[in-house]
Amino acid sequence: MKLVLREVRLPLAQYTLEVEATLTAGVTALFGPSGSGKTSLLDLIAGLRRAPSAFIELDGLALTDTHRGVEVPTRERRIGYVPQDGALFPHLSVRGNLLYGFRRGEDGLLTFEHAVEVLEIGAFLERGIGNLSGGERQRVALARALLSSPRLLLLDEPLSALDQKLKARILPYLQRVRELGVPMIYVTHHAGEAMALCDEVLVLDHGRVVDQGPVSDLFLVTGQPAYELRPAPE
Amino acid sequence: MITAEWQIVGFTLGVAALATLLILPPGLYVAWVLARRSWRGKSLLETLIALPLVMPPVATGLILLKLLGRRGPLGAFLHRLNLDVVFTWRGVVMAMAVMSFPLLVRGARVAFEEVNPRLEQIARTLGASDARVFFTITLPLALRGILGGTLLAFARALGEFGATILVAGNIPGRTSTLSLAIYNLVQLGKDEAAFRLLAVSVAIAFLAVWTSEWFLQRGAARR
Repeated sequence: MKLVLREVRLPLAQYTLEVEATLTAGVTALFGPSGSGKTSLLDLIAGLRRAPSAFIELDGLALTDTHRGVEVPTRERRIGYVPQDGALFPHLSVRGNLLYGFRRGEDGLLTFEHAVEVLEIGAFLERGIGNLSGGERQRVALARALLSSPRLLLLDEPLSALDQKLKARILPYLQRVRELGVPMIYVTHHAGEAMALCDEVLVLDHGRVVDQGPVSDLFLVTGQPAYELRPAPE
Repeated sequence: MITAEWQIVGFTLGVAALATLLILPPGLYVAWVLARRSWRGKSLLETLIALPLVMPPVATGLILLKLLGRRGPLGAFLHRLNLDVVFTWRGVVMAMAVMSFPLLVRGARVAFEEVNPRLEQIARTLGASDARVFFTITLPLALRGILGGTLLAFARALGEFGATILVAGNIPGRTSTLSLAIYNLVQLGKDEAAFRLLAVSVAIAFLAVWTSEWFLQRGAARR
């Protein structure tokens, strides 16, 4: 996977998001404090927001190029998105949610049965969304995104709404998704999650990239602010 | 109730239902646009749509009469198609439609606004077109609110008087609705018959508003 973000500029309430980066890792952690522009950046990559200036290219295909007036519609980008709350469709059953974006065909990443098996959701396929626990919701949201055969999966703090015990139970499922080989950008505040899942880290602060490198080369300083990353001590 | 009174009840229910059905597609479209789009001058459209709610119904009726009369810009065109509106049942439908349109738009707009836009965005990331997003996500989630708004509009249409009497007159057996018939009967001193129609009016209006409230509350709880 190669994601190029060039001349990305998006005015936000407090500052302007300005990003220049190339992401090539299988799984990249997007670090930064609340309000640092992480979700806005994900929205731009997914085509959910438009920036006055941006060049976004995924594997050689320009998704957004404001200079040339290119803006590939969201539905054609094949970029999966799992927001914090999962955003499951409340009027559909678990099965209905999973089948909503299911792409059959030879380029399909997963069969329906495989996704259900990997994320262990077979037991509640016919349940309504209101009857799912937080962890179950996130697994369904993950499976739904995977079944749309995404070329890139965006995960916006998928564990943030869960307690520590539940996080520990969901993390292995994310590792299974990683093993499927789907490129991911994973927004998180937690070094542990990044260490467990990610190859590279991109640190965002007030809309600017302040650090980027392999996760093994970066070390989380446990003082304040918690998101701050520094090179590991010699 | 005598046969003629039942006919008035049936006619009123029929034209009110037809008027409500007629405004449903444009009303839903306008409500969706107002809920999901922003542009300079949006408040102008909002004000125009709300005008029939606050203008004297007779004034709205006069505007419709001038528009839809045989010499009016719209009426002349319709006359060439052999469709006369003024002083016909079509006039009743038009008056009811115009007067209840703002209520439908208001109800549906609130229902659309209460649908989490994030769900629509996620549906797009799953490959859904705008039309599919609307029909499979937005509309089902807003449905109860829309039904509530539709029933309110229907109830408003049932009680329409001022605009109807100008556009369609009060022709017994042709354009006489419940409201117009009650007015007529009171004028003629036939209070007993007037009260019978009044009781039917109250029962229908109560049922429509009560059902509307039920849908609106269930809709809010669902979202």
